[in-house]
Amino acid sequence: MNDGTLIRKSLFRKKTRAILLILSIMTAFLIFGLLGSFSRVFTGGADSAAADRLVTVNSINFTLSMPYAYYERISAIEGVQSVVHNVWFGGYYQQPTQFIQAFASNIDQYFVVYDELEAREGSLEDTLARRDCVAIGRALADQYDFTLGQRFPLTSNIWQRTDGTFTWEVDVCMIFEAETGPTNYMIIDYEYFNEARSFGRDEIGWMTLRTGNSELNDAVSQRIDTMFANSRAETETTTEAAFNAAFVEQFGNIALIVTLAVGAAFTTILMIVGTTMVMAGNERRRDVAVMKTLGFSAPRIFGHVIGETVLLCLIGGLLGLGLAAGLIFVASEALAGSFPGLAMPTDIVLTSLAIMLAFGVVTGLAPALNAMRLNIVDGLSKD
Amino acid sequence: MIAQIGAVTMINLRSIPQRWGMSLATIFSIALVVVVLLGFLSMANGFRATIQGSGSDDIAIMLRSGSQAELNSGFGRDTVRLIETAPGIARTADDRPLLSSELYVIVDGRRRASGTDANMPLRGVGAEAANLRDGFTLTAGRMFAEGSNELVVGEGVIREYEGFDLGQTIRLGQNEWTVVGLFSTGGSVFDSEIWADIGVIQNLYQRNNTFQSIRVRLDNAEAIETLRSYVEDEPRLDLDVSNEREYFAQSMGGTQDLIMFVGWPLAVIMAVGAFAGAWNAMYASVDARLREIATLRAIGFAGFPAFVGTMTESVLLALIGGLIGALFTYLVFNGISASTLGGASFTQVVFSFAVTPASIIAGMILALVVGFFGGFVPAIRAANAPLLAVHG
Repeated sequence: MNDGTLIRKSLFRKKTRAILLILSIMTAFLIFGLLGSFSRVFTGGADSAAADRLVTVNSINFTLSMPYAYYERISAIEGVQSVVHNVWFGGYYQQPTQFIQAFASNIDQYFVVYDELEAREGSLEDTLARRDCVAIGRALADQYDFTLGQRFPLTSNIWQRTDGTFTWEVDVCMIFEAETGPTNYMIIDYEYFNEARSFGRDEIGWMTLRTGNSELNDAVSQRIDTMFANSRAETETTTEAAFNAAFVEQFGNIALIVTLAVGAAFTTILMIVGTTMVMAGNERRRDVAVMKTLGFSAPRIFGHVIGETVLLCLIGGLLGLGLAAGLIFVASEALAGSFPGLAMPTDIVLTSLAIMLAFGVVTGLAPALNAMRLNIVDGLSKD
Repeated sequence: MIAQIGAVTMINLRSIPQRWGMSLATIFSIALVVVVLLGFLSMANGFRATIQGSGSDDIAIMLRSGSQAELNSGFGRDTVRLIETAPGIARTADDRPLLSSELYVIVDGRRRASGTDANMPLRGVGAEAANLRDGFTLTAGRMFAEGSNELVVGEGVIREYEGFDLGQTIRLGQNEWTVVGLFSTGGSVFDSEIWADIGVIQNLYQRNNTFQSIRVRLDNAEAIETLRSYVEDEPRLDLDVSNEREYFAQSMGGTQDLIMFVGWPLAVIMAVGAFAGAWNAMYASVDARLREIATLRAIGFAGFPAFVGTMTESVLLALIGGLIGALFTYLVFNGISASTLGGASFTQVVFSFAVTPASIIAGMILALVVGFFGGFVPAIRAANAPLLAVHG
């Protein structure tokens, strides 16, 4: 009988207890896996942002516009490698509830600034050939079953056309995918959009640009904002990561809420598993004393008890994490519209494994020390 | 039988201190479940209270057809003129319609708690705006003067955002504004807004003669139908007419649903964990007293009292846990001010966490369910204590 078998046998000495403990550990890691994955969808923007990508918005608020001329002036600034200008289209498909995230941009530059995007069907060349061509992200295409070559009406809930309607007819000329980050949006040509709209003409919403080197970020930001100081629309330029983080922060302190909820779940199992293991240890004083009599060394006994709690936490934790991963996998398709790119991130898995080991050691420590220090005579005597 | 139940239950309860570790773990794990549930529910309830307190059945709000939200809407002065003469609208003593045509732009406010920027609505309003919000009172200072760069600020804004205190000057782009008054509408969405003269807003933000919404006070709640048919029959008008209370309920309801959708499943999963813990603790409780229970059986006690004794212990631990959780949540969370990006307005809505009696009841029920099911199987085991095996 080797050590592994001994650990396994003593863990399942009382089957119901072991199963209950596993269940309760499972729930904590299920919560950790689920909340971690969902909150990553919100905070993920900060992670997928390129280090040298900056966002220039109106300094009053990013929803306010600025003149188109700013685009050309920014393009000429030293340190600016590429710039894309965008307008929020406020799109929907057929019914207002079928929301479409669409930007009116200079499409050619969009794929330079966001170089992680790659055309999977159609090409950039095709898309630029005609003004009513649009580029659609894979997640959005899947959501409404848009296919390459399809023509569909893209309606805006904001922009009215000079002819009184709100709809731009567009052709799907490219479907793109991304290595990192969401693809639940589409890009429509700025010129095609701008010439037809009845107000706000020759205004742009915000610009995204690359500096090529993140060390230049501060200097370039300053050059841009200084250039437009005291003009009709002053600008504020920040890194894309900072901009995304500030936007997520607007929903409230999601990170804090997640931390508190996960903390509550882990505190619960720490108490339950901890007290149960101490009790289990007390029950087993006689066994330990016998093992010591047979010549098992104190460190080896210490190892057995720790091994038992670690095994317990690993079984419960992996089951919980596996269940979370399964649920996330099933939900990711159904929720692709609201939670694009929902998946279980690798670092959540690694963190979970570390927590499982730490929990095993922490909850096993007290009973393991008790067992190690147990005096054979005490252990064998009746209490 | 009653006496037996009483006796066994007392034995159970008196023995709790012998297993204080596991009993405490049970109590606290159930308390934490209740804290998490009530935390989320109080957030959702607080947000709901703010939305429900906003808008009135006597007020109609008109937006451009299909725009669904004020921010997306837009129309010209001619539309406003046509509405001014519409039927069904209440009038002042000097026969002016109780109407406010409005436009808001989003400006950055700095959150006190985090120091980060957040979207605040800077609303340009007409002279009648205050009369179109039930419960509107100026709590300090005065109303802005027409045509001036003056602001009045809602009390929710003051609570959550810095830089808007009375007398302060604020620079938005190139323009300087002075806060001349503070107002309250008793906790509605409007308390999260900043108001200025509509003419000045249109001018400074290049929105000359455009508006997003018209609010009117109706003769009575039913008069909305009169107004609606007028708007529909007038070809020069392209507006959606809604009851203001319903407008808020529809456009802002999503946030509250989202909080509920997160809170309940989370609490239920945690409850399963706590249930396993409670079961385990009760199992230990029965195990520790198996000899004692068997002895009672041997001297003529029935199995049922042993069952009741264990169940009572379990439910009592859950009850204590639930009460601790509810009390903690009430003391720590109730009334906390928070702010989130509210649905259609795309601006911050300030609200206060509200621990309601209904949510406390929901929390206690969840705790008792955990206690009941956690104690059930161990209680059956107690009732069937194997006499011979124990004494063998």
